[in-house]
Amino acid sequence: MSELSMPLSWNRESKPHRFCPGCGHGLVLKALGLAVDELRLADRVTFACDIGCSLLAWDFFNFPSMQTHHGRTIPVMVGLKRAVPERIAVAYLGDGGGYAIGLQHLVSSALRDDPVTVILVNNTVYAMTGGQMAPTTLINQKTETSPFGRDSGETGTPFRGPEVLSAVVSSEAYLARGTVAQVLKLKKMIQKGLETQMNGHFAFVEALSTCPTNWRTNAAATWSFLEQDMGDYYRTGEISH
Amino acid sequence: MRHLWKIMAAGEGGQGVQALAETLALAAYRAERQALYIPNFGIEQRGGVSLAMVQISDREIGSPKFLTADLVAALSPRSLERCDRYIGSETIVLYDNSLMEAPAVADEVVGLQSYDTIAPDAFAERTGYREGRSAAKRPVAGKFVAVPAADQARKMLHPRVFNMIILGAITGLTRVIDLALIKEALEVKLNRRFEADPRLRDHNFRALELGYEQVREAGEAVAAAPPGGRL
Amino acid sequence: MSNLTDLERSAFMTGNEVVAQAALAAGAEYMFGYPITPQNEIMHYWRRLAPGHGRGFLQTEDELSAGFALLGAVIGGKAAFSATAGPGTILFQESLSMAEMMRLPVVVVVQQRGGPSTATVIYSQQEVTLTTFGGNGEGLRFVYSTSSHQELYNYTIKAFHQAWRFRFPTLVLGDGYQAKMREALTLYEPASNGLGPIPVKPILGGADLANDGKPLLHMRNAFSVEEELAELLRDQIKAYELATEEIVEFEFVGEPEAALLVVAHGIVGRAARYAVAELRAAGKKVNFFRPITLRPFPEKAFQNALEDSGRSVLVVESAAGQLGRMVRLAAGSIERFDTLYRPGVGITMEEIKEAIHL
Repeated sequence: MSELSMPLSWNRESKPHRFCPGCGHGLVLKALGLAVDELRLADRVTFACDIGCSLLAWDFFNFPSMQTHHGRTIPVMVGLKRAVPERIAVAYLGDGGGYAIGLQHLVSSALRDDPVTVILVNNTVYAMTGGQMAPTTLINQKTETSPFGRDSGETGTPFRGPEVLSAVVSSEAYLARGTVAQVLKLKKMIQKGLETQMNGHFAFVEALSTCPTNWRTNAAATWSFLEQDMGDYYRTGEISH
Repeated sequence: MRHLWKIMAAGEGGQGVQALAETLALAAYRAERQALYIPNFGIEQRGGVSLAMVQISDREIGSPKFLTADLVAALSPRSLERCDRYIGSETIVLYDNSLMEAPAVADEVVGLQSYDTIAPDAFAERTGYREGRSAAKRPVAGKFVAVPAADQARKMLHPRVFNMIILGAITGLTRVIDLALIKEALEVKLNRRFEADPRLRDHNFRALELGYEQVREAGEAVAAAPPGGRL
Repeated sequence: MSNLTDLERSAFMTGNEVVAQAALAAGAEYMFGYPITPQNEIMHYWRRLAPGHGRGFLQTEDELSAGFALLGAVIGGKAAFSATAGPGTILFQESLSMAEMMRLPVVVVVQQRGGPSTATVIYSQQEVTLTTFGGNGEGLRFVYSTSSHQELYNYTIKAFHQAWRFRFPTLVLGDGYQAKMREALTLYEPASNGLGPIPVKPILGGADLANDGKPLLHMRNAFSVEEELAELLRDQIKAYELATEEIVEFEFVGEPEAALLVVAHGIVGRAARYAVAELRAAGKKVNFFRPITLRPFPEKAFQNALEDSGRSVLVVESAAGQLGRMVRLAAGSIERFDTLYRPGVGITMEEIKEAIHL
């Protein structure tokens, strides 16, 4: 299997996709597509995406997919899963949707050990609204609402989602942080996340991702920010709990 | 006979006001009368005065609350003050003249908002638009009927059936429902507890009878008075 | 009580229990709820009843979650509902607006409490504007306002059917009095009223009627072009208007050449009905109109009633003109516009009789 081939579960009609050049979303969605292919789950998955750049994934796959509201994707998938347990529910959202406006849903779902798989893309900014500071924005990182660099004295420290959730999830839950710099590892994590749901438990995979448009970086600087700056603060791997 | 009785019961939380009112309404329903019971409820879960409104009619009942009661049963001095605004010149006021102390709140009412609720102190001020009369002033009512229910319950039966003496007296004064039907309704409500402890049934039924008998004379006078006339 | 069939039984219960019983009888499969007075006992009863009938319940972290979880259940083809009040009704607007956009048939029972803000947990009719037009959008929802426990039962069942039949979110508007009071009603199996099961079917992944019944795989909520949205909305509004004739319901008591039309809804409507009945029995020329659907408003019927009543109205509500605004809008020109507005408190028959000036 090549990293470059298009997953079978992708909807070819919606390609080429609409994400910006250099955006990491396509890679996260590729990892998801490959994981679904490998587990042969295409006819069981229902996928819902948040508002933010993740909304562009609404017609990305051949399985039932929908857009919801900013921050509300997790409850929609929890509702579906409760009412129709045979579906594999995948919630796809950004760091603003998951760690700010929808944080109560993320934490509560983790606490309930809801059998859903949550994939959260961390690119350190609110990208679709024009590059505002996110809960994940690094210290000293410049955004439209932290134009002189994020000051921890003023706005606190960057949010480590899986680590926070590790305090509340059940022993059977799955928590991991991957990166678009390592798509196959990310795919494995998502695969485990889907399997965890099938075993009746909550799964959360954060994917470190890129946003050259709002970071205002070229290819080399984009990759360096992802791997060095973000990688230093956000450690990848499975999160023990 | 009147075609509509508007009855208000009031007491301290834990005195069993809601149980009394619900039993009365249930009996009316089982007698195929139109019946509507509404507890007042608020933010507080303990303390304060508990109010209940029951309407029993031959016709359909309009609003769940009313401005002036035909009968007010006040189980404590404080709750009588609270009922003041619902007492008109033709209202029968039934009260306990053994002037019991406000009892402690029964544990079982805490958190059971819909079944036995307790009003916040501010409730009466929020209801209705009529200015309340000064609580210090004795209300102008059509008729006062006193029953030393608390004393009687404590000395003759059991303190907890105090509310059933009051219900018996309400039944005797209004004669809107037969006492036998009140007993049946109570049997329906408390069946399991009666089965477990038959003395409980005996105490409750005797309390109902005691209340009913004490107001026999007053009840006859009420029944004889023309609807809407002075009592 | 003696005239009931096998499929009916008489009951004496609180309105909140009535709602739970109605949802059960209708065949609702899931309830998502969050505690707020005065609707709590709907959850309490449902939670106790549901397991024995294979139905589900989840207490969510807030009303946002309850509302969106409803959407999730509904896209999966399950009839689901929630209940709320006051500030909870505000939080529900977000999911209701998504339900309007995507035509998702959620059912929400609103037991109005006093407002604004936390106010009282007791009663009001102050959530009329919020339930009818509370979302960002065009108010493409059905709202039934009930006046008795029997109606609460009937319209809760009906709400599921109309929501799924026409695919618009549907609300049943009660209030704290209706929630907490006990009165008699007849419970029945919907089948005895000629109602089949709720016409549910999977939505996301189900048959797409706009596309030859092929599976509907992608549902969107975000549009990048104004015209694209306008086209969709035109269709949505058209569908809503087409449904209107079948949805609108009202009660009218009266005759031509009366002098006044008393207009009220919900529990106040019932007190107004008896006030008018007493005056009519005494030979007074006064008519009565009660919208049962507040959205869509029964405009034509109201205009006819107004014509029969000297184009004069008295609006009575436990709010400061929320029904009044709808009435003015539906009336067009009006001769006399009297009001009895009591925001946040109940209104008795006696007070209504006093307010009727002929």
